[in-house]
Amino acid sequence: MLIRSKGRLTENDVTPESIYRDRRRFMQLALAGTAMAATPLSQAKPGFVTDSSAAQGPRWLEEGIAGAQAYGQEVKDKLTPYKHVTSYNNFYEFGYDKADPAEHAHTLKPHPWQVEVSGHAEKTGTFNLEDILAKVDLVERVYRLRCVEAWSMVIPWVGFELGQLLKQFAPTSRAKYVAFETLHAPDQMRAQDSVFSSIEWPYVEGLRMDEAMHPLTLLAVGLYGKPVPNQNGAPLRLVVPWKYGFKSIKSIVKISFTEQEPPTSWNISAPREYGFYANVNPSVSHPRWSQATERRLPSGLFSPNIIDTQMFNGYQEEVADLYKGMDLTKYY
Amino acid sequence: MTVVWWRRIAIFLLALSPLAFITYMTVTQQLGADPAKTIVLFTGEWAIYFLFFSLSVTPLVRLAKWRWLMVHRRMLGLFALFYALCHVASYLVFILGLDLSRFVSELVKRPYITAGAPAVLILIALGVTSTKGMMRRLGKNWQKLHRLVYVALFLGWVHVLWQVRSSYFHAVLFGVITLVLLGIRFYWHRQKLQKQKKAA
Repeated sequence: MLIRSKGRLTENDVTPESIYRDRRRFMQLALAGTAMAATPLSQAKPGFVTDSSAAQGPRWLEEGIAGAQAYGQEVKDKLTPYKHVTSYNNFYEFGYDKADPAEHAHTLKPHPWQVEVSGHAEKTGTFNLEDILAKVDLVERVYRLRCVEAWSMVIPWVGFELGQLLKQFAPTSRAKYVAFETLHAPDQMRAQDSVFSSIEWPYVEGLRMDEAMHPLTLLAVGLYGKPVPNQNGAPLRLVVPWKYGFKSIKSIVKISFTEQEPPTSWNISAPREYGFYANVNPSVSHPRWSQATERRLPSGLFSPNIIDTQMFNGYQEEVADLYKGMDLTKYY
Repeated sequence: MTVVWWRRIAIFLLALSPLAFITYMTVTQQLGADPAKTIVLFTGEWAIYFLFFSLSVTPLVRLAKWRWLMVHRRMLGLFALFYALCHVASYLVFILGLDLSRFVSELVKRPYITAGAPAVLILIALGVTSTKGMMRRLGKNWQKLHRLVYVALFLGWVHVLWQVRSSYFHAVLFGVITLVLLGIRFYWHRQKLQKQKKAA
């Protein structure tokens, strides 16, 4: 008998994360107890390295990414090919067409890069990306990315847990939210000058503190084992896999701890259509389209790759607790 | 062959070139991660462009005295219909995978589709009645019926406007062109009324 269960894929996809953490804990214990050389080399390199030489970065970055802990789990979803991940982008600072970022983002200068940290934290200031990376553990993560426009991809990132970085600044008890800001430089981002834009620049985003500290929340510096290309948000971008893609702000220059819910760009642009939370939710439609299904890219012409959208993009087991008791139709 | 026929062939081939282009890009797999959406957007845009072309004929004949253009108006209008049908067909096949039950729910759920659908129906009605025989049979009503193309153009613009997410560029551009094409006719209409008043 053939038993089909819709939840099966979800569970398999969800498990790796927890197993991953268990394994990591195990590894750390093992390392503490035995010699450092116990780490097998294969475990310490990203597994999804692309052959493409398109994206390059300074040596410290490339070496850091190459040394990231591999995503050791089985990946059930088929990865979206590198060329599609890097040529089909919503990065409106470079134009409104999906192909615009790949064409025009070469003007962005991702190195050297600094991030200004401010707000309710004991340690604030401006930090070089290189120094930030020196104090975090780079890991590879394969995440589903669900765009609010009802298409999705599966992407192997290299980055570090945002929480690991935020803890270093010792946020105070007044820090309830984390606000992010993208670079504002019309000379590097051509569409920031456009008079037709419905978004005010710079692009801003934010997370609640517990969302920001969640182990799934990643700050990515790498993609397919190479530095994040400009069009994907070089050199430093957020990846929050259970939220619609627009929450995952690109090319971050400012991080700030705030007491009030910070303003977010799409919410300012169209408050009825885009909320602060923006959790992937098949049962809450966008006012102009349904979110029940998504087209997994690349989607073939005569066999459109339409799949059911999963609650919290399939990360329900990990993140549902964050929203206990909240009316998700109200806090969309 | 007469000059008119050579022009007809030239316009026909030129009007097919967008289709040839998108077919070439599809076959050579140059449309990227989401070819379906690219094709749907492309054919839809060309349907609107051909509406612009066909509605520019009368102003060009009257203002620039390009009288030779008049005989080609029908073909331009039919190409607007052609690309609109390509647009709908590629949406049904490539985006919905011919799932017609989803089409009904999309039609209701997405207001921009609700706006676009009657525009296509209008173009179909105008295409069917575009022959000389139909013109004769409908007589004076033919022109009344074909004024619906203004409604189709306006709905086409609403269809674009309601999809705006990040940039108003296309919506504004199409809006300005629509406004000019409809504005000229409104102006002529008022002039005509004034003349009739004076005469009376």
